Amino acid sequence: MPVTCKEDKRCLTALVTGELDHHGARAVMEELDRRIDQAQPRELTLDLSGLTFTDSSGIAVLLRARRRMGQVRGSMRVVRTPDQAGRVFRAAGLERLIRFE
Amino acid sequence: MKIENQVTLEFPSRSANEGFARTAAACFAAQLDPTLEEINDIKTAISEAVTNAIVHAYPDTLGRIVLKLRLKEGRLLEISVKDWGVGIADVAQARTPLFTTGSEDRSGMGFTIMESFMDTVKVRSVPGRGTTVTMVRKIACRADP
Repeated sequence: MPVTCKEDKRCLTALVTGELDHHGARAVMEELDRRIDQAQPRELTLDLSGLTFTDSSGIAVLLRARRRMGQVRGSMRVVRTPDQAGRVFRAAGLERLIRFE
Repeated sequence: MKIENQVTLEFPSRSANEGFARTAAACFAAQLDPTLEEINDIKTAISEAVTNAIVHAYPDTLGRIVLKLRLKEGRLLEISVKDWGVGIADVAQARTPLFTTGSEDRSGMGFTIMESFMDTVKVRSVPGRGTTVTMVRKIACRADP
């Protein structure tokens, strides 16, 4: 599984590694859904430092995670975004919807 | 315009081939000595075009996808992705940001990404016959250090 999660005091950190495309995106989404449902976190931190490639499938993953966090009344931030992923997310205007740090 | 080199690849519309297609294109583009950013832009655009063919052209079947990589005079990299799938009834609508006929794991940003990362993107499609996406990116000539 290209997602590794850590939970601490209702803060969930998810480290996404490898390449994220349509082929692998569903597994990442399902794992994030499952962990959010289990932990009901106040905050989700998506650490993308190990993400070696993404296409628009990554946009869908981020938007879905954000929606799920909204459903559990938590917040979400994305940290350590690699250059390639940052270019994809900026092309989609994602910085207007999601907190990148 | 003179074609200086070209490669044609054919593969079935299995999602595992998305990674193969973009890696093969990156290897082909390497002969132009592109920057890492240029390589990443090309890989991203190809990933979108091939994913569209896999998800939308052949929603319920496996079909053929042909990827053509051409190096043209003037450091132009031309990439075409052709399928013989369902086709697109309204290309302008399909190119609209956030529009998708896919499930919620699709963002509807595929064409927007292709247009952002390539110099030109042309889409020819006939419903019931298939779609060809042709994209061109000029690779800048790097000055010698």
